[in-house]
Amino acid sequence: MKIEKRPRGLWRELRQNRAALWSLGFILILGLSSSLAPLVSPYGAGGLDEAHILENPSLDHWMGTDGLGRDLFTRVLYGARVSLAVGIGTTLLALVIGTIVGLISGYARPLLDNLLMRIVDIFYGLPDLLVFILLSLILGRNIVGLLISLGLVTWVRFARLIRGEVLQAKEFVYVEGARAVGASHPRILLRHILPNIMGPIIVTLTFMIPAIILAESTLSFIGLGINDPYSNWGTSWGTLAQDGWRAMRTYPHVIFFPGLAIFLTILSFNFLGNSLRDILDPKGNLR
Amino acid sequence: MRRLSHSLAVLWVVATLTFVLMRVTPGGPFDREQRLPPQVLANIAAKYHLDEPLISQYLRYMTGLIQGDLGPSYKYLDRTVRDIIISTLPVSALLGILALAFAVIVSFPAGLLAAYYHNSWTDRWCLFLATLGISLPNFILGGLLIWIFSLQLGWFQAGRWGTLSSIVLPTITLGSSAAAYLTYLLRSTLIDTLGADFIRTARAKGLKEIVVIFKHAMRNSISPLLTVLGPLLAALVTGSFVVEYVFAIPGMGRFFITAVTDRDYPMIMGVTLVYSTLLVSANLIVDLLYSVIDPRVKRH
Repeated sequence: MKIEKRPRGLWRELRQNRAALWSLGFILILGLSSSLAPLVSPYGAGGLDEAHILENPSLDHWMGTDGLGRDLFTRVLYGARVSLAVGIGTTLLALVIGTIVGLISGYARPLLDNLLMRIVDIFYGLPDLLVFILLSLILGRNIVGLLISLGLVTWVRFARLIRGEVLQAKEFVYVEGARAVGASHPRILLRHILPNIMGPIIVTLTFMIPAIILAESTLSFIGLGINDPYSNWGTSWGTLAQDGWRAMRTYPHVIFFPGLAIFLTILSFNFLGNSLRDILDPKGNLR
Repeated sequence: MRRLSHSLAVLWVVATLTFVLMRVTPGGPFDREQRLPPQVLANIAAKYHLDEPLISQYLRYMTGLIQGDLGPSYKYLDRTVRDIIISTLPVSALLGILALAFAVIVSFPAGLLAAYYHNSWTDRWCLFLATLGISLPNFILGGLLIWIFSLQLGWFQAGRWGTLSSIVLPTITLGSSAAAYLTYLLRSTLIDTLGADFIRTARAKGLKEIVVIFKHAMRNSISPLLTVLGPLLAALVTGSFVVEYVFAIPGMGRFFITAVTDRDYPMIMGVTLVYSTLLVSANLIVDLLYSVIDPRVKRH
């Protein structure tokens, strides 16, 4: 009953917020057009055109062309696939690991809780980017490798959050009630506690995606991210920005548009996260 | 004391993990495009003790570590990792401190104004700017600043380190996201504090507004800010990789990036350890300061 009512109320409140609506719209359009990229853009992802090298934006090439004559709009569109796939995929991976650890840690006996939290502490005490770089040395610089190494670092945020929420929720009467009726521990955790702590999880999720997109594009920009020239997914926005970086003095458009794409995407997720937090977390626990 | 031993344990785990990570990574530092003759490879391996069993390599590294010896660099043959870190760390540290100062100077007035005029246009603009600041990646902001102020206007230098005019742009670039983050945090804690009963009491007994805000409200909003000092420092470290790369600053972050591309393992491990030590001790200090600044927190 409660689970069914929640999304409709959420949507009604979200509709009130214009910035959040624009952001949601932008993300949806980006996701849709990038997954249908071959239909949206008349140029192929690898279409070299030596007659049109480093052209300024025009009607034919909305964002101009790059150093090999490739249409920049097409490249940015294909790049969105990489960013969104890594951002959303990593967040889901982190969510799964973090939820399992967090639920167990918050619910279990202190000994197991202590052990798990020490592991979390170690990850928490290190600069994220450093660990990504070290892990990606082993896992390889392709989408899957990067996704796993980012996920292996970020799950600790979910674990901490969910553990804290479970510790609070454990004391509520409804949990006691469920136990009195004879519900098993997994059932209490998954059917009773988890649905009731969904709010903070959704908010954290929304803020995690842009953080991952930022990390991925930053890594690619400094040359330590995805390095997979034969991927048919597209080139990371960070790599595109890196290409433009070298030509910035004379052809600023080559870095401007990928940069704008990264910025707008991250901004949209952050706006969305802000209003979701206002709606789902009125007590301000996550601030 | 318990906290200290805990911190040391974390560092030991980090050192061991990086050691293991570096040894299981495929590809070595001496895999060049032209294959070296096997005799040369064997000599190199013997020189760096790479031919010994893993456990004795590990023990050798650990004993060196305790004495402050981080081993030789595989890339810069005449320099040890320690030398490189000693010459590059001050540059990174200076940049970090300046950026942090910039963040504090910008965020305190902004957060204060936003909280004091809660729900007004000032508040909304501060929030909007803070969201912009958080969403703008370091490398894009850096590129933008270089393009506007260096290439177009020619006000500041970019790409040379040491002169005053070359420090301005990297500092702003590195400090802006921290500033945005701090503004957010200060605003929300101050809004909570300003709604508290003791503020009403202070006002009711006729204290000047200035005293109410700075003596009563601010003081009670500092301790939540302290807790984020650790993560904030981590963010600055991470940011410094990129900013040093973009502005071609000879700091530790840039050496780390080249070390990764060169697979200069002792260098990678050395930098990792320096950063971890920095963060772990920052967290330790914050923990200790916490009970000093906020007496409500009991020392565990």
